[in-house]
Amino acid sequence: MSVSESTNGPVSITTKDACVDFPIFDARSRSLKKTVMGLVGGNIDSAAKVPVIAALRDVTLSLDHGARVGLVGHNGAGKSTLLRLLSGIYEPTRGVATIRGRVAPVFDLGVGMDPEISGLENIMVRGLFLGMTRKQMQERVDDIADFTELGDFLRMPLRTYSTGMRVRLALGVVTSIDPEILLLDEGIGAVDAAFLEKSKQRLVELVARSGLLVFASHSDEFLRELCDTAIWMEHGQIKQQGELDEVLRAYKGQHA
Amino acid sequence: MTALAQPDARTWRKAVDDLAGGWRQRQLWGHLGWQDIRQRYRRSLLGPIWITISMAVTAVALGILYAGLFGIELATLLPHVLVGFVVWNFISGCIAEGSEVFIANEGLIKHLPAPLSVHVYRLVWRQLLFFAHNFIVYLVMLLVFPQPLRWTVLAVIPAVVLLALNGAWVALAVGIITTRFRDIVPITQSVVQLMFFMTPIVWIYENLLNSDNPAIAERARLAEFNPFLHFLEIIRRPLLGQDQHLRHWVVVLAITVVGWALTMVVMRRYRSRVSYWV
Repeated sequence: MSVSESTNGPVSITTKDACVDFPIFDARSRSLKKTVMGLVGGNIDSAAKVPVIAALRDVTLSLDHGARVGLVGHNGAGKSTLLRLLSGIYEPTRGVATIRGRVAPVFDLGVGMDPEISGLENIMVRGLFLGMTRKQMQERVDDIADFTELGDFLRMPLRTYSTGMRVRLALGVVTSIDPEILLLDEGIGAVDAAFLEKSKQRLVELVARSGLLVFASHSDEFLRELCDTAIWMEHGQIKQQGELDEVLRAYKGQHA
Repeated sequence: MTALAQPDARTWRKAVDDLAGGWRQRQLWGHLGWQDIRQRYRRSLLGPIWITISMAVTAVALGILYAGLFGIELATLLPHVLVGFVVWNFISGCIAEGSEVFIANEGLIKHLPAPLSVHVYRLVWRQLLFFAHNFIVYLVMLLVFPQPLRWTVLAVIPAVVLLALNGAWVALAVGIITTRFRDIVPITQSVVQLMFFMTPIVWIYENLLNSDNPAIAERARLAEFNPFLHFLEIIRRPLLGQDQHLRHWVVVLAITVVGWALTMVVMRRYRSRVSYWV
């Protein structure tokens, strides 16, 4: 886990042979009893070892300022885990990951939102979570309110909102920030068509402001709009890395 | 975000960075700590004043009950119970909530890169706000049962600082361990409950020490091994205008240093594992 702080130098992400292995604790191996008994009883239970899922293996990449990278791959190929590695949430179990710059991860629009507090308060909290200061958020509140078109609803608790209204609010906050490194996960599309067009414009502007973008998506259209290069993930490894069209063709070709 | 130049995630540097980085995000956890409190009483008429009221009711009821049971003057026992309770609430809050601090914040930990210490600072800050609300009861009590306060009452300030410092390391260390071994959560909570009775909150330690029955006096001395007694005494004594004992301060300082040292060892070794474990 890394400190979110602004660095004035150029932003970059480099990893070398980075691996992410998840220990899977079921109720038995997670319990203290098992561990203590194991210590006392000697090597009776050889299955006491925790099974491990290798989510990422030997990921080596180097992204610099200006990079616009799309992530493609099947479900479970390691796209989200890779985004979490690049954000510093998971530190590699083996290998190295070096991240320079303030990271704004947008994996789940709802995280950090509190249903009991008002929309306006949620704007503040979500912004603070994304590494903004109180003052910066106060300056942006009006702009976000305009964008969401929620009007007086912003004073109501979030639990009174429909799903679409929540997405509007979250998108409004997320697209208002000034990220150095922007990590976007797919699934930011559950809005009505007219609003989607409007938010797309804001997304494009957001990406233009950010120093570095990594965007995981299944939508070719979105990828072409925001990215110029791409990484194809398969079974937790980088299968191909290069120009967007080239990677997309290879990825789609494999499907055909 | 600082450079992760070290190939190994397990360095002292990273552990210290986590604490310092979390501290820099004061705006975030400061806001969240307040929000936690307001949130709890959001739809009630009196709001967070309920914290103060419920403390007053509990302390007065227990004060009257135990004053009757032990045959002690209410004017002596009530202030004792009240201050004891205010301090105990802080201690038990830090430990009990500390045992779930990372488990409860799983969503945030998995979605936002923030230092682990942010969650701990938020917890301790929230407990300090509770403490402040409860402290109002003490101030009201001073009007009813005036205490022989002297300048020594100022010792409360460093005492509360020490209390908060210890709350932070306990929550951090217990939080990391319970994230890995979930059985420790109920164990911790039971132990905290038990310690309430073992610690001189509703009973007066010195009365037992000076008991006519030598067996009781002998047993009462065992209470010195209870670390919570020392934390309680460095705050309760100045607030009730009693003489201070150096040994309580020495014990608390020693616990603070040793506790933080052990916690840093745990942080260095397991900090980077928490996001994998939650």
